[in-house]
Amino acid sequence: MQEIGVDVLSVSVDSVFVHKIWNDNELSKMVNKDVPFPMLSDQNGSIGKMYGVYDEESGVETRGRFIIDPDGILQGFEVLTPPVGRNVEETIRQIKAFQHVRGSEGTEVTPAGWKPNKKTLKPGTELVGNVWKEWGVNEAFED
Amino acid sequence: MPTEFNPGCERPAKKEKSPSIDIEVQNNEEKKEEQVMLKVGKPVPEFTAPAYYQGKFMNVDLSEYKGKWLLLCFYPGDFTFV
Repeated sequence: MQEIGVDVLSVSVDSVFVHKIWNDNELSKMVNKDVPFPMLSDQNGSIGKMYGVYDEESGVETRGRFIIDPDGILQGFEVLTPPVGRNVEETIRQIKAFQHVRGSEGTEVTPAGWKPNKKTLKPGTELVGNVWKEWGVNEAFED
Repeated sequence: MPTEFNPGCERPAKKEKSPSIDIEVQNNEEKKEEQVMLKVGKPVPEFTAPAYYQGKFMNVDLSEYKGKWLLLCFYPGDFTFV
């Protein structure tokens, strides 16, 4: 994430003390260094409630992931129930796409399955009804 | 910048900046809390929360991340398996 200029914050209902011990005893052994982003504590779930990820029944937060742009605007989110982990590559792909669109100042959009160096589309009167000439469905599945 | 704090036995202070709006409900003296709606394309709710980061306890304010791309990730709990 640092490579693509993105800061990360993690949030759970655990205390900052538990975050420290988890970092020290387990996570730092996975990555051979301290966790490289702040681990936030949301012990009463109030932040999770604002973001719609706090589960009252179990008292924990579900796997919500929010992409926020430099203006503080929410560009995308994904929420999973606890047993299934995220696909970080897809998150990175989405961030790169949002960065590309922002970099183009809204002149380009990224079709389904877009990845860096793949074709973007330039919306305009010429393109209306003509996307089929510019882009094929198979491109969504190509690298 | 995040401000470091020395932890005590009380839970560190945390506050939401734009969490909820108190609205008067008609024909009802009670106030009802209405959550701010989270929508793509709209500003996210702001907050400040205590955090652990590289050996220190500190308060993190979401507004400090204006001007940067940010990924905010929630998860069920420390020491769980996934």
